[in-house]
Amino acid sequence: MTESISGVVAGSRVVVCCGSGGVGKTTTAAVIALEAARQGRRAVVVTIDPARRLADALGLEGLTNTPARIDPSAVGDGPVWDGELWAMMLDTKATFDGLVRRYSADPGQAERILANKFYENISGSLSGTQEYMASEKLYELAVEGDWDLVVVDTPPTRNALDFIEAPQRLARFLDHRLYKMLVAPTRGIVKAVNVAAQTLVRSLSKVVGGDVIADALDFFAAFDGMEQGFSDRARRVDELLAEPTTAFVLVASPKTDTVAEAGYFADKLHDAGIDVRALVVNRMQPTFTNPGAVDDTSGAPDALRARAGSLRTRAAELAGTALADHYTALADAQVLAAGEHDHLSGLRARVAPAPVAELAVQPFEVTDLRSLSLLADLLFEGGER
Amino acid sequence: MDPEQFFTASGVIIVAGKGGVGKTAVTAAMAMAASTSGVRTLVIEVEGKSGLASLFESATFSYDELHLVEPSEVHAGITARTLTPDEALLDYLREHGLQRISKRLVSTGAVDLVSTAVPGIRDILVLGKVKQLERSGEFDLILLDAPAAGHAISFLRSASGLADAVKVGPINAQSVEVLRLLHDPARCRVVLVTSPEETPVNELIETAYDLEDDVGVALGPVVVNGVYPELDGLSVEPARAAQDAGVTLEPGEAEMLAASSAFRAARTALQRTQLDRMAHELPLPQLRLPYVFTSDLGRVELDLLSERVLSAVEALPDHLVAGDRSAT
Repeated sequence: MTESISGVVAGSRVVVCCGSGGVGKTTTAAVIALEAARQGRRAVVVTIDPARRLADALGLEGLTNTPARIDPSAVGDGPVWDGELWAMMLDTKATFDGLVRRYSADPGQAERILANKFYENISGSLSGTQEYMASEKLYELAVEGDWDLVVVDTPPTRNALDFIEAPQRLARFLDHRLYKMLVAPTRGIVKAVNVAAQTLVRSLSKVVGGDVIADALDFFAAFDGMEQGFSDRARRVDELLAEPTTAFVLVASPKTDTVAEAGYFADKLHDAGIDVRALVVNRMQPTFTNPGAVDDTSGAPDALRARAGSLRTRAAELAGTALADHYTALADAQVLAAGEHDHLSGLRARVAPAPVAELAVQPFEVTDLRSLSLLADLLFEGGER
Repeated sequence: MDPEQFFTASGVIIVAGKGGVGKTAVTAAMAMAASTSGVRTLVIEVEGKSGLASLFESATFSYDELHLVEPSEVHAGITARTLTPDEALLDYLREHGLQRISKRLVSTGAVDLVSTAVPGIRDILVLGKVKQLERSGEFDLILLDAPAAGHAISFLRSASGLADAVKVGPINAQSVEVLRLLHDPARCRVVLVTSPEETPVNELIETAYDLEDDVGVALGPVVVNGVYPELDGLSVEPARAAQDAGVTLEPGEAEMLAASSAFRAARTALQRTQLDRMAHELPLPQLRLPYVFTSDLGRVELDLLSERVLSAVEALPDHLVAGDRSAT
């Protein structure tokens, strides 16, 4: 028998929610942490860019880069839990600043780096920085904090591996070859390389302006000696992600394009030696069946489509009546459900034997702890098939 | 408003929106609508996704142009291409006499270094290329399928940022020219796409104001994708509706219909709330496109959406031109 999603969460110390943007990843991460708290665990969720109302629901308004405890009693007769639920919003720059301070030889070096314009650009906009800092924050909480479970939301990205590869990639970037060449000893062959590099830098300066390049070179000079610290840290983050108690949960929605992206994510993770431990599909179209009917009421796509076909025929026969509208609404629902099941069957097979939890579209939006708690009920009790 | 006039009111339309709202389908439908209105259209994809290609049931695009719809009696023609920052950068280096060392720039990591040192340089190269294509006059309309919403703002803001950061040289010149394009409503406007749901609508409203205030780009109508068609009959209980229609329902059928109709009515009501809120908070006309009850969008659905784009555009007031908000 395959493990249940409750089992996956209960057996993990770290849960990484991954998937493309707009599929409810942040909400799912919050729901998983909430469930852990309900199981009596001390859980923290790291969100990346929560929608405003989810942030409000979690009380994340105006929070800093450190976790804050969510107090269920603060929401009146809302949900209660035995454990602890903490939440935080990732601040990429503050996390990066913390790393620089940690690995600098002295406060002077740290200040030189933090004041550099090139560093400002790196910490704000270098692609992969947000992913790197998310995994750095994860490491900090998982290894240095006193948590039973750390749930991390990942930045919305096209590249499934950004989150895993970003630490190494950035460590490599900080150990930059071009800079190494420029400060290399100026003898023999090395000197020739160096002259070529100087020419290159001069050409670049003409295009983008000399200040920019000077800032970059100053940055690398100030950074000298810290590369090792960064690359050791990146390796330890890798090790944490490979632990058996770290579970990657893939989050998807049942639309064609998002299912395709989720499949691509699953393959990429697999290539990197990481198995998807659970699949959560949000916003499924509910199917409506009549238990009293004699015909096939199964949720199989072909049965759904056949029923939709006869419903549309009936609606056409009854055109102009209110009943026709009821049949049309039901037919629309069946057509959507059939298509969703088709799309998902391939994805289920791809992530097997990982459990798959389906959450139906809810007639409410997640706006507070109560609705989040309702989702947790559905995900951990009713959602599994 | 006459569709041809609408689609040629600016040479470039940037289509932007949050992931999952159907931005790519809307871009494709707009391209079809433009082409059938006699407007020669180029669709540009910047993220290297193949979503657009599959809608047209065509091969994946490449950096080279690909004819999606050949010119004919009913079509002025649709061409498509991708434009990735890496390719645009190499193009740029070649055009600026750095061809000889462009390979070395890549292999030594200097390109990484420069794009980190000068954030936005990749974006400006893409926009610069768009400007070049606009100036070529080969197309009446360029539809740019922009990066997802959050990134769209930094994408469009890159020009003013760079014009400030780099005071001289070709990057500065490029930024200034892109700024001219963005600030001229007769050359460029942004069409924002959303679905009628709370979170996407919130983001759209924020993005709209950021774009106007920070980027200074003109906004066209907002496209609301996936609006459930109203089914007025749902307000009558199924059992009563059956009675009125003289139909006998199976045992349990009334309950099933009631459950399904209640769900549909609740979703429709949520959508209506969001549409009204958006109309109230954002004074831009809305082009509403229907939810397509199929799970695979292909050519048939694309034609349907394109017809709906046309009828929605025709319903716009005549005097509405790009950047003109007095009409609202």
